[in-house]
Amino acid sequence: MSDSAQLIPEVQYATLEQQGDTAQLGMWVFLVNETIFFGALIFTYFLYRTTYPHEFEVAAKDAVLWCGSVNFALLLTSSLTMVLAVNAAAQDERPRRMIIWLVATAALGCAFLVVKGYEYYLDYQDKVVPVAHYEVKPGEGSAGELFWVFYWVGTGLHAIHLTIGIGLVLYMLLWRIRRGEIGPAYYAPLEVVGIYWSFVDTVWLFLFPSIYLVGRS
Amino acid sequence: MTTTTTFEEGPAVEPHTFLEPSYLTSENTLSSWLFTRDHKRIALMFFASITVFFFVGGGAATLMRMNLATPHGLLQPSLYNRMFTMHGIIMVWFFLIPSIPTTFGNFFIPMMIGARDLAFPRVNLLSWYVFNLSGFIVLYSLIMGGADTGWTFYTPLSTVYADGYVFAAAMAVFINGFSSIMTALNFVVTIHRLRAPGMTWTRLPLFVWGIYAVSVVMLTATPVLAMDTFLLAVERFIGIGLFDPRHGGDPLLWQHMFWFYSHPAVYIMILPAMGVVSEIIPCYARRPVFGYTGMTIALMAIAILSFFVWAHHMFVAGISVYSGVAFSLLTFFVAVPSAIKVFNWTVSLHKGRISFDAPMLYALGFVLLFTLGGITGLMLATLAIDVDVHGTYFVIAHFHYIMVGATVSAFFGALHYWWPKMTGRLYPEMWARFAAILTYVGFNLTFFPQFVLGYLGMPRRSYTYPPEWQSWNLLSSAGASILAVAYLLPLFYLGWSLFWGRKAGANPWGATGLEWITPSPPTKHNFERTPVVTLGPYSYDPDEDSFITQEGVRHVR
Amino acid sequence: MYHWIPFWPETAAVNAVVVNNLYIAELGLGALIMLTVVLMMLTFCIRYRKSGTASRANLTTDTWRFEILWTVATLAAFLVLFVWGAQIYIWLFKPPPADEEVYVVGKQWMWKVEHAGGQREIDALHVPVNKTIRLVMASEDVIHSFFVPAFRIKHDVVPGTLETVWFKATKTGVFKLECTQYCGLQHATMQGEVDVMTAPDYAHWLVDQGVSASLAGQGGALFRAHGCSGCHGENSTVHAPSLTGLYGTLVHLQDGSVRVADDAYLRDCILNPRSFTVAGYPPIMPDFSGQLSEEDLLKLIAYIKSLGGMQEHAR
Repeated sequence: MSDSAQLIPEVQYATLEQQGDTAQLGMWVFLVNETIFFGALIFTYFLYRTTYPHEFEVAAKDAVLWCGSVNFALLLTSSLTMVLAVNAAAQDERPRRMIIWLVATAALGCAFLVVKGYEYYLDYQDKVVPVAHYEVKPGEGSAGELFWVFYWVGTGLHAIHLTIGIGLVLYMLLWRIRRGEIGPAYYAPLEVVGIYWSFVDTVWLFLFPSIYLVGRS
Repeated sequence: MTTTTTFEEGPAVEPHTFLEPSYLTSENTLSSWLFTRDHKRIALMFFASITVFFFVGGGAATLMRMNLATPHGLLQPSLYNRMFTMHGIIMVWFFLIPSIPTTFGNFFIPMMIGARDLAFPRVNLLSWYVFNLSGFIVLYSLIMGGADTGWTFYTPLSTVYADGYVFAAAMAVFINGFSSIMTALNFVVTIHRLRAPGMTWTRLPLFVWGIYAVSVVMLTATPVLAMDTFLLAVERFIGIGLFDPRHGGDPLLWQHMFWFYSHPAVYIMILPAMGVVSEIIPCYARRPVFGYTGMTIALMAIAILSFFVWAHHMFVAGISVYSGVAFSLLTFFVAVPSAIKVFNWTVSLHKGRISFDAPMLYALGFVLLFTLGGITGLMLATLAIDVDVHGTYFVIAHFHYIMVGATVSAFFGALHYWWPKMTGRLYPEMWARFAAILTYVGFNLTFFPQFVLGYLGMPRRSYTYPPEWQSWNLLSSAGASILAVAYLLPLFYLGWSLFWGRKAGANPWGATGLEWITPSPPTKHNFERTPVVTLGPYSYDPDEDSFITQEGVRHVR
Repeated sequence: MYHWIPFWPETAAVNAVVVNNLYIAELGLGALIMLTVVLMMLTFCIRYRKSGTASRANLTTDTWRFEILWTVATLAAFLVLFVWGAQIYIWLFKPPPADEEVYVVGKQWMWKVEHAGGQREIDALHVPVNKTIRLVMASEDVIHSFFVPAFRIKHDVVPGTLETVWFKATKTGVFKLECTQYCGLQHATMQGEVDVMTAPDYAHWLVDQGVSASLAGQGGALFRAHGCSGCHGENSTVHAPSLTGLYGTLVHLQDGSVRVADDAYLRDCILNPRSFTVAGYPPIMPDFSGQLSEEDLLKLIAYIKSLGGMQEHAR
């Protein structure tokens, strides 16, 4: 199935190796950029959290801890399966193992989104949607709403990133791998998707304690 | 410099006969343009887009200057307010920031480093589409009535009190950021990975260094703007209180985040222009640029320091006195590399063999206007003076000297310098010189009076002013009309030259860069064979009037 | 209509003189730098023009000597400017003891002024000459910026906080007062006049306004009307911090931080008491945000200040 001998680099590259190398560098540079994007949000969050420590603690108690924790586990596991998929791509001439791990990765990603969606439903019930459906809880003052702004913006942007990640995995499965373009000879595209996936995971690593663990020590 | 020279007597411009068609004529269908991956075609498409925005933004400026010719104005206050806002937004994000990188950067970075294309041609094309999408949104905002917040979108005015199309304008800026990021990412990766054999970092032309520096700044600053404008749009849309003191938010936070992007953005606008001028001056002075290493260090120093000076826009905004002092000091530091560059450019004329062709006139104009803009920048960095002139026309004049006087001059300089390479035609020299001089005269007439007005205390963003300030304002408006002519002229004579201009050889100016070893206009993949670089740039010898290309071929003029 | 062209703004305050001198010095330095660049450029352009016959042999290759020279030279000059400017800035933004305090509220699109005696004016500010005037400024809506060109003073007025600025006029006369932060549709007309008067004239003007209650007096009425006196009053049994002599002192807060009880602090405490609970007191004060206008807040603050304190020593 994989016939990597047919692969030729694009016109601007001398070798496939150079092409793969460049794609990786491109993804890393992009992730620097993404880090600063989320960094700006997290910076703003911490700025307000130090300004309104009590209000934020009170507001954060309403975050659904079990949903966040389950998602934390799901996403960490998915990073593992992703790495195993890349590993399989690098080692196996036959794509079977790689496909299994990729399907697992995409499934874990989808499970994350399902839990997240259920959590959003619970949040709605709890009236913590700023402006649209919000009830000021005792002790949180007007600044409590700011916490929920960060919650929705942060988790929303993360969910969008994860959806893109799932899309990329499916693109690999349904297009690149089916056409036999990924194999030990050239697996840079899958590696690039893997790097992106780990980044999305890492973002959750920062969002999780900032949202769910505030004031729960 | 002499080690690998191969001697080859003869004229610099050799009549080449290439069988392969140029990038312009290789394919002729519409889809061959709309789906092209050729960096040169994408550069031309960007050129078309930003030219439209340059004249839209210029139209807004024209209305403003017409209004300010008399103390009580012609326009309704609301229209004037929307005009200066749209002028700012369009000129900053839809002309100045993409101007040199997306056109000349896109076209010449691969050629100058000896590559056949950028690293990610599809991303490059996507960048153009995203740019145009954001452009359509900003035009929608303009046509529906425009935003009325000033280009800085200060909160809570922009989030609560303004009644224009602020949401659309903010979204346009947000989406525009993606285009910037994609282009910058492409340049960084391309410059890192696709250099021709022998093209070491110390042999890179200064234009490539300028684009590299600017790409790094774009990559690190733009995401912050993206997050800002995203939060701003959300706040505007549903009314959360992130920047609104009534909900516990902090209006100064917006300013911090905005200037954290927008001050580096000033350098995003000027760094590529510095690169262009560093190409033009050695070529027309026929001598190596003075202090190549110093120039590269200065470029990178500016790029890095630009991230630590943002709060100098906020000296009177209510930040603490100590942070004001710290940011003032850092601002003086960032001025040092700029000063070094000015001196280096000037001394690059020493013992040259200088000819005053249009690109050179633009470049010399750049140096003078940049110097004046820099000096007034020093005055603004001085805390006590900033307290006085902040928010007045002094600031307007200062940043127009940098962004219009310097950057737009460099843009036109680059346009003339590389026109033969891009189109295969020479522009009419006399008309071009006339336009260059006219730009210089018109520009100074327009903006110098604004320094005086600023110190007199005329606040910016005002549709009316006391009658005693009319003489200066009238002078400025008169200058603006000259400037408008100077900016419109190239449209005609360059357009004319496309059809009737003399055909250009591969290297009409006798320049040393790799872009000049290919035919004009270049073939689809730039180089028939991968060039091998043996020399740094600017190996001009004014004594013998000879030059050596970066491939090591010596020509005597 | 005007047969003269203005070149230079009036210089009518001690602040202005100082800034003016710096400005002139920088203009001189700027002219020097510009002249150096222009002269070098002209000389080289003429001497080494294409048809010129001057020798081009022996190009300088040791460029770093020159580069270090002008790096050091510019850096030294810049540092002098920095220190000079920063000194004045610190002096400008650390107000000296004031002879008189005036309260200013920015609102789309007017400046509302309230004097300590309760006199009110709009888009005008009457002050005595040769007195240190301290302005306490608030905004009701968006960010404005208070600017008097003849005094060379400016400060943004940010909603949600109080800002102060000071000046000491040296000339009587009428000077422009402007808003220099774009604040919406009629920003351009948010202008007024500063009327600097001699001390007797000013005293007459204050009397002529015919005001019954001073600003602090009006604040006292609000203090009782909003129930503040129930806890903070002299005879209250509730365990609440006393406000007598509070202004200008250091306050230790529950979270361990220390704040100076200045105008902005008092404002924050009234609007957001939970974030500024004083150490040793229970967090029981209700939150007054949304119940008091900026002008009422300024009156309350004027009242609290009138209860004594280190007003004379407040920076």
